[in-house]
Amino acid sequence: MGGLIAAAGWAPPAMDWHALAPEVILAAGICVLILVDVVLLERGKAFASAISGLVLLAAVVPLLTLAVSDDTSRSLFGGAYVVDRSALLLKALFIISGYVTVLLSTNYVAEGEYWESEYYTLLLSSVLGMSVISSSRDLIGIFIAFELLSIPSYMIAAWRKRDTRSQEAGFKYFLMGVFATSVLLYGMSLLYGASGSTLLSKIGETVESGRATPAVGLAILFVLIGFGFKISAVPFHSWAPDTYEGAPTPVTAFLSVASKSAGFVAILNFVFYCFIQNSSATDVVVPVVFVLSALSMTVGNLIALKQDNVVRMLAYSGIGQAGFILAPLVVAHDRLSDALPSIVVYLVIYSAMNLGAFGVVIAAARKTRSAEISSMNGMLQWAPGLTVLMSVFMASLIGIPPIGGWYAKFSVWRSLLQGATGWSYALAVLIAINTAIAAAYYLRVTKAMWFEEANDGDVTPVDVPPSLRLALAITVVATLLFGIVPSLLTDAAAVPLALGH
Amino acid sequence: MNTFLHDWGLAVITFLPLVGAAVMMAIPRAEEQLQKIVALVASTAALAVGIWILAEFDYDRAGSMQFEINRRWIEIIHSRFSMGVDGIALPLLILTVAIIPLCVIYSWNHIPSPGNAKAFLILILILETGVIGSFVAHDLILFFVFFEIVLLPMYFLIGVWGGEQRQYAAIKFFLYTLFGSALMIVAFLALFWLSGANSFDMTELHNAARVPGALSNTAQVLIFGGMFVGFAIKVPMFPFHTWLPDAHTQAPTVGSVILAALLLKLGTYGFVRIAIGIMPSYASHKWAPVLVVLSTIGIIYGALGCLAQTDMKRLIAFSSVAHMGFTMLGISTLTDFGINAAIFGMVAHGLITGMLFFVAGSMKERYHTLELKRLGGLLVSAPKMGWILGFCSMASLGLPGLAGFWGEFPAILAAYNPAEGLSKALFRTCMVIAAIGTVFAAGYLLWMFQRTSFGTPKDEFADDPHITDVSRPEWIAWTPLLISIVLFGFLPGLMFDVTNPAVKIVAAAAGIGG
Repeated sequence: MGGLIAAAGWAPPAMDWHALAPEVILAAGICVLILVDVVLLERGKAFASAISGLVLLAAVVPLLTLAVSDDTSRSLFGGAYVVDRSALLLKALFIISGYVTVLLSTNYVAEGEYWESEYYTLLLSSVLGMSVISSSRDLIGIFIAFELLSIPSYMIAAWRKRDTRSQEAGFKYFLMGVFATSVLLYGMSLLYGASGSTLLSKIGETVESGRATPAVGLAILFVLIGFGFKISAVPFHSWAPDTYEGAPTPVTAFLSVASKSAGFVAILNFVFYCFIQNSSATDVVVPVVFVLSALSMTVGNLIALKQDNVVRMLAYSGIGQAGFILAPLVVAHDRLSDALPSIVVYLVIYSAMNLGAFGVVIAAARKTRSAEISSMNGMLQWAPGLTVLMSVFMASLIGIPPIGGWYAKFSVWRSLLQGATGWSYALAVLIAINTAIAAAYYLRVTKAMWFEEANDGDVTPVDVPPSLRLALAITVVATLLFGIVPSLLTDAAAVPLALGH
Repeated sequence: MNTFLHDWGLAVITFLPLVGAAVMMAIPRAEEQLQKIVALVASTAALAVGIWILAEFDYDRAGSMQFEINRRWIEIIHSRFSMGVDGIALPLLILTVAIIPLCVIYSWNHIPSPGNAKAFLILILILETGVIGSFVAHDLILFFVFFEIVLLPMYFLIGVWGGEQRQYAAIKFFLYTLFGSALMIVAFLALFWLSGANSFDMTELHNAARVPGALSNTAQVLIFGGMFVGFAIKVPMFPFHTWLPDAHTQAPTVGSVILAALLLKLGTYGFVRIAIGIMPSYASHKWAPVLVVLSTIGIIYGALGCLAQTDMKRLIAFSSVAHMGFTMLGISTLTDFGINAAIFGMVAHGLITGMLFFVAGSMKERYHTLELKRLGGLLVSAPKMGWILGFCSMASLGLPGLAGFWGEFPAILAAYNPAEGLSKALFRTCMVIAAIGTVFAAGYLLWMFQRTSFGTPKDEFADDPHITDVSRPEWIAWTPLLISIVLFGFLPGLMFDVTNPAVKIVAAAAGIGG
């Protein structure tokens, strides 16, 4: 056997284990979880949440050591897997979002008589897929990572298996996801056919050379549509509200933050490594992104106005926010160094504030057993701490300084105005209008909490377990810190890309 | 110690209230007395720092920025943590730190329903940080951040502790202001990119915008327009004023006082410091006719609005529209004379209208209504309060010898001779109309005073034991304001001497002299 390999001239690739350490730790953690479940059976349930939390924290350690090491741009497998600083920042985003999700889930899953260790195994698998997709610069790597993060999330979306709405959530998400995957695959196969390579950089060269333009144009369209489902951009958003409402709330938080960010990361990789170097590709990307962005923010926000359920409202608001996050891509071709960081900054801040908002919803639902906006009436009286936190998150989502969201929106605005094209000015104006629309429904939540009387005069306090407290603390600190001292984040995000530009 | 004040004084005075708010959050809600003490200590400490700054301020250099702080903040967007105070900002800074402790004292026994002193006072302290920060910020982004901080606390103050229509008023206030700030920040960004200043520092933007060819005339006018909407909503100028009567009427007493005394000043201050202070003279000259016409309409419209009101608080709110019209009239002349008058007018309006809202609030507490036709005979049932109301009405209508006069009269006078290049005919016409407005002002204020205070109390309140005279917290809160109204009325030079050097620079920068 060994002789055969030698005869074929094959040598094993040089492994940079340090660069792969976060993924290795996550994979090992998944195995440990399965083993604990198999060996300890029922007794193992109690440890599942703690183990997965520790695994995720352990995976942060190599991220830190990689960030401070001298070699900040590591390339593996012939350029198919790249660990640079923006990849590290995104991995940190996914892993910490995963950690917060574990914290949000701990009591929810334990008290709901759901399968526990399987839940965490699937959650970690999904995080692993996200971590891989941040580094993948190759069609196959991206596709495998994308499926690795998607398939577990279909399952945990249906985790409340005795509730038909949860089953509907998982099923709808699954069917839409599979459809999106097939569209994506078709686009990828066209790209491979046009360039003869699976490496994004090689494909980028083909696109740049201008050969096979019609096929490439179609491919770009399909890829954007494929990921458009994941980020729930209008008109590919129809699954999101039902899935979000039916899925267990911690899973909804995870889907709306981490899973959505993963879709954005994939789009970023494609756009920045393949599509922006050639004007004919830009001709496709810019109008498509413009339409997706403009539709998402307008439709998402308008429908959100009519929602009475907080989770559905956050789902539609997430669609609207996706429109904001997409916007800088219309100026990506000549404002690369501003557009990419502004998207990454937005993703990080959006994750913190949205996870926090879901955290409050989960905490409040422990008392009210409901996610209707009206169930939060008079929260100032029965949960003043949660009220203040929720107000902070809502203010952040509106974009009121000095709370995180303002800087996210500001940086998007900044790159759009700097881009100074007709497309970008139009989007800047649309964002301004949509900010005012969005304020109206975010304020409905604060209105219910602050201005209304408690339902039936019931002001018994709500009991918030420690893990939920920790999750809220992490998210509120991040939300406030990134708003008051945005340079903490921009310094990490503003790394020049290893693109040769 | 003094070097510390010069290096960090402005940051300390800005964030002291916030520290107080943080401490209060840690104290359980049941300890109401302690909450009030902490709020009082924090706001008084800010006042103490303010007085110290007043003492250390170099009045010979009142035209230049002092106590400057300039630290790294958000490097990537070239925004710095930069603060400073000059003759224009100083009076407003002191007004702010003086008003808030008085509001806390007034609230001592007057936490409006539904109670919760903790949340109420915390919001007031956060509000204070926002207002102080806006007055001392010397970087547009920093200014914007502080300008927006004000929004949420006020929204909650109106929405939770307000009157019947509080929810409607709160959301109207919020959305109006948010819309204005969105356009304002777009204008700031456009200024940043087009001027090529590579900094959000006000001085640098000012210089960069003046480089010939940096900003086209159209760009100047459009950027000024964006700022105009943001600030005009805050002032509020006609036709953006419709949120004000609702917000004022529904807000709790202290909320109305802060709104009138401090928040409206953010708009006029923004005009002086940013719109006119930074933009080249072409833009100011293009917009000055718009400003003068709108402020004149505001003066008359506000006055007529007052005459049509049946509610005392709403009447005072409309009088604010008229008074801010005089302030904007002074600013629109683009002369140092007019702008000095405007700044004086801002402080005077803060003192006087603040007092009027205090009195109205106290009356509401006693009568449980402010409907003019049900009131009457205040001078009989609570003579001291009646006389205070009379005094404030006189001050508000611009009686010489009281502070209100020095904001109104010079502003009208300034319109006689606007800056070079502005249409004299237009400004003089507006001047005449504005002067007629002062007659209206006398009319509605005297009418209000007469309806509420003269005669005998109406039957329903004739023997009402709740109608007591001025209480001790009210005396403590009101005396400093009453004294200041007289003091600045007799010695207007106290303030004009401080503001004049700084105003001269702004007026000269607008491309004109006085």
